[in-house]
Amino acid sequence: MNDWLLFDPLFRIPFLVGLLLAAGLSLVGTLLRLRNEWLAALGLAQIAAAGGMVAAFLHGPAWVGAFGTAGIAMVVRSTLPKVGNNHYAIMIILGWSATLLLGAFMDHGRVIGESLLLGQLYFTRRPHLIGAAIWLVLALACFPWLASRALTARFFPDYHAANRQRVWPYRLVLALMTVMAAVFGTISIGAFPSFALLFVPSWVGFVLVDGWARSVVVSVLIGVVAYMIAFVVALLLDLPFGPVCTACLVMTGALRWCTALRRRRGEWAGEEPPTVSV
Amino acid sequence: MTSNELLALRDVVAGYTRPVVGPVSLAVSPGQILGLGGHNGAGKSTILRSITGMACLFSGTIQRADGVTIAHQWQRPELPPELALLGRELYALLGADPAWAPTIIRPLLGRPLYRLSGGQFQLLQTLACLCSPAQLVLMDEPTNNLDGRALETLSALLQELKAPRAVVLVSHERAFLEAHCTDWIEVGP
Repeated sequence: MNDWLLFDPLFRIPFLVGLLLAAGLSLVGTLLRLRNEWLAALGLAQIAAAGGMVAAFLHGPAWVGAFGTAGIAMVVRSTLPKVGNNHYAIMIILGWSATLLLGAFMDHGRVIGESLLLGQLYFTRRPHLIGAAIWLVLALACFPWLASRALTARFFPDYHAANRQRVWPYRLVLALMTVMAAVFGTISIGAFPSFALLFVPSWVGFVLVDGWARSVVVSVLIGVVAYMIAFVVALLLDLPFGPVCTACLVMTGALRWCTALRRRRGEWAGEEPPTVSV
Repeated sequence: MTSNELLALRDVVAGYTRPVVGPVSLAVSPGQILGLGGHNGAGKSTILRSITGMACLFSGTIQRADGVTIAHQWQRPELPPELALLGRELYALLGADPAWAPTIIRPLLGRPLYRLSGGQFQLLQTLACLCSPAQLVLMDEPTNNLDGRALETLSALLQELKAPRAVVLVSHERAFLEAHCTDWIEVGP
């Protein structure tokens, strides 16, 4: 009986790992959306997956390879004078092709490649839980400071430079948080579900409510609730978790449509004009 | 640079991949509103950006008093389409206190940014800089998109400005510069 699986101790740690990651990825996703860098998340996740594959090829732990390649990608990115979607697109296709090409040279390469791209949440263990918990605590502790700097830089781009405030600590911490998000997400729930958790909650949450703090809270709630629904549905229907999680997140996009409709009706009633595009 | 000055530019040639303005020399003292006039493309905004470090300094020197704080109002601020920041959250980013906001923008403080017009957003950004605690405020075409009432508020705030604060005001509207600036210079490429 699949419904009993929900309460099986075997799934407790995977559920908690996913829950922590869902909250953390949604939170970091709000900063990436604020900085218009959400595509970087998919690029890093793909590069981390390729790193995991390199580590498997060398018979090492996946997380070491994932951290290594994602870290190298961020260092290279920081040396470029101007980074944009073209660079992130190159990271995505490079990571994807490297993952699958390396897999072709290994006995179980295809299985490992699929697990890195699509997720292997049910196989996560206590080290994953500890890593995810530490990362989430760090992300929560740094978030107010990172958000304050990111908001100021978004609207007053030269404020920190003009006041001779060091920018590198902020950039370094944000890069570390993003790399850790990509790595923990990729080795636990897969590159694409991680990207979905980084991208979708803030895409929906930023148009549902007014005010920065409220939109961050709503974004995290969307990520967590979609994750929990996906976990239950995947177990009950014996479906792979990664695609179910991604589908659940995409379905929350309907809330954007509802918001657009509500605002359009408000406009007809003489309220302020809507600007939501679905 | 004298001990009384907040900022001094000496023979500054600034630009991006190549020089676009200069040599320019100027000094800003507390209580002063220094105007920079000139035609479109003369390099007025580039001078402000060279002060904040966003434009390259090809030659000359930029000196500033120890600990001077700067707020820079950009000429064409980008209004993010789907960022539900409230007006008061934007207003407070540089340290301005929403409780003491000028009357004209109080109705805007509770609104999300996506419900502001271009002119309202420009006014909010301008006043966020002008009402912040920054000692030196760099204003780049602050009159753009503003209606008569907003211009009156801006004028009143500029007239109230006292030492130790100062403003460098870029505008192509000569009448506005003449009405509000204690000194002004013409900038050419």
